[in-house]
Amino acid sequence: MTEAAFIDIDGGQVRLRGDWTIANYTVLASEVARLRALVADTADVAEIDLAALGALDTAGVSLLHQLLGKDRLAMLASDASPLPSERRALLRAVADVIDASTASTAPARGYAFGDIMEHAGIGMLAFYRHVIDIAGFIGITLETGFHVLLRPRRWRITSLAANLERTGLDAVPIVALLTFLIGAVVAFLGATVLAGFGASIFTVDLVAFSFLREFGPMLTAIIVAGRTASAFTAQIGSMRANEEIDAIRVGGLNPVELLVVPRVAALLLALPMLSFIAMISGIVGGMLVCALTLEISPTMFLSVLESHVGLRHFIVGMAKAPIFAFLIAVIGCLEGFRVEGSAQSVGEHTTSSVVQSIFIVIVVDAVAALFCMEMGW
Amino acid sequence: MTNIIEVRGVRNQFGPQVVHDDLDLDVRRGEILSVVGGSGTGKSVLLRTIVGLNRPVAGSVSVFGEDLLDLPAARRAALERRFGVLFQKGALFSSLTVAENVALPLIEHAGLKAAEAGRLAALKIALAGLPANAGEKYPADLSGGMIKRAALARALALDPDILFLDEPTAGLDPIGAAAFDELILTLRDALGLTVFMVTHDLDTIYTITDRVAVLAQKRVLVNDRLDVVADFDDAWIREYFHGPRGRAAAQAVPPAQRAPHNLSHGEQA
Repeated sequence: MTEAAFIDIDGGQVRLRGDWTIANYTVLASEVARLRALVADTADVAEIDLAALGALDTAGVSLLHQLLGKDRLAMLASDASPLPSERRALLRAVADVIDASTASTAPARGYAFGDIMEHAGIGMLAFYRHVIDIAGFIGITLETGFHVLLRPRRWRITSLAANLERTGLDAVPIVALLTFLIGAVVAFLGATVLAGFGASIFTVDLVAFSFLREFGPMLTAIIVAGRTASAFTAQIGSMRANEEIDAIRVGGLNPVELLVVPRVAALLLALPMLSFIAMISGIVGGMLVCALTLEISPTMFLSVLESHVGLRHFIVGMAKAPIFAFLIAVIGCLEGFRVEGSAQSVGEHTTSSVVQSIFIVIVVDAVAALFCMEMGW
Repeated sequence: MTNIIEVRGVRNQFGPQVVHDDLDLDVRRGEILSVVGGSGTGKSVLLRTIVGLNRPVAGSVSVFGEDLLDLPAARRAALERRFGVLFQKGALFSSLTVAENVALPLIEHAGLKAAEAGRLAALKIALAGLPANAGEKYPADLSGGMIKRAALARALALDPDILFLDEPTAGLDPIGAAAFDELILTLRDALGLTVFMVTHDLDTIYTITDRVAVLAQKRVLVNDRLDVVADFDDAWIREYFHGPRGRAAAQAVPPAQRAPHNLSHGEQA
């Protein structure tokens, strides 16, 4: 006789009692593990007594399978067994599938170095394919764009205007506010550092140069990348998840012409305008700080601006805006087309489009800065 | 025959729109009950009300003899653990594999260790009729029929007493739908489940249903055996059961099979 709550072993007799359900699973599993070897010796199924067994569910049957083994469980489930019919049905249902479920072996365990190498390889390959995809999509967009450009009848003015409003006009407040604040911060920075050299008047140059050449277009591009690239991806991605893109294709229309070209065109117009607003607003922020802390009046600020800062800085800055706009729009749209049918995929690609477009804006800006420096512009 | 679910005088209202008014419904232990009704009659709302996802404005819902709406939260959660719900689109957690989806309630509620839960999950997956390698897959990699089966495996994880199915065969091909019907019937007989099913599928109703409840005019119009319901005097019911599709489904099932199923299940906890 062994001391156990659910399993009695008395000589050759095995008596099961209590509720063999999921609620008692942990206790049952430990008893089964302890007594399995003992029960295995009790060969005869006639000496297994289930009369005192309380409730039984599939978890309990799976433990019975572990305790008694497959053959004796099948005998208990057979028509010859004294169990009531619904209990036999339960035993049978579980016994039929339990081998299939245990047959599946654990997946092969990898080893760390190989996994790292594999991961790196997959990453490289995905990056390579992605670069090819972007290049291909830029080509398709340019081709379709020029094709449409030569045929004014196919210009989609409504779509262009709607996108222009969403990407341009609606972004004005946030772009103006953020660049105003950054302008003020740059002026503070200049005031603190340059005052030590007695050269605080050059704060004007600092603010003007930085905003005309770099901060105006780049900050705008980063804000627009977060705001508009994600919106493009989500719009096109949800259309793709909803099979709308396929419907456009089947309808004999070109989704690039319908969806991408108006968005790219709208952003090509909107981003330079936003960049201009950003430059003005940043310089105004700097001017305010100069007036309040450095006693450089706005009149003086503007006259220094006029005499020190050449037009070419403004042109260099503005020239970058359409490049940023094109890249942001193309990446946003491409990620939208890469969505694969589920809401989760829309989310993943939206994140990816923002990360990629901010990344590419900063990389292109850095390359452009080096290029302009070498050219002496 | 004891009632496992009793809905009394339930009123559901969304803004000015009244969906249910003074609705009564009984579900008996061990039966497969189909709830039918036109679009917008609140079949899914009724299911959501019984499982506790929607609180009715008035009325009572008692399950296992206890009024769900009056119970303290902990007791209610314990009762709801005896429900298994299969949502219309499966509602599998997309970030987990099928096996992890099924193991989650076992780990969270039954307090099992991961290895034990994994073994039981594999059993449930096999019970739901999925191949053994399906457990490693993510829901996004499964076909519609496999998603339903995986969701059924998760609904069965804690060995529920009542299984709620929201349009279980919608979107399945006829062969898959028939196999799913057969699976529900087998599981009901083997596990002693009570099945509450919202469905539009006339074939399902004719092949596996014990009783049918018709939702119309904001309440349960009739709740009885199929032959009684089909002869009920109501324009919508006549159209539903004696329209071309209803006749086809009725003829497809031999009369012997249409007899009420054996309901003599023992009380299983």
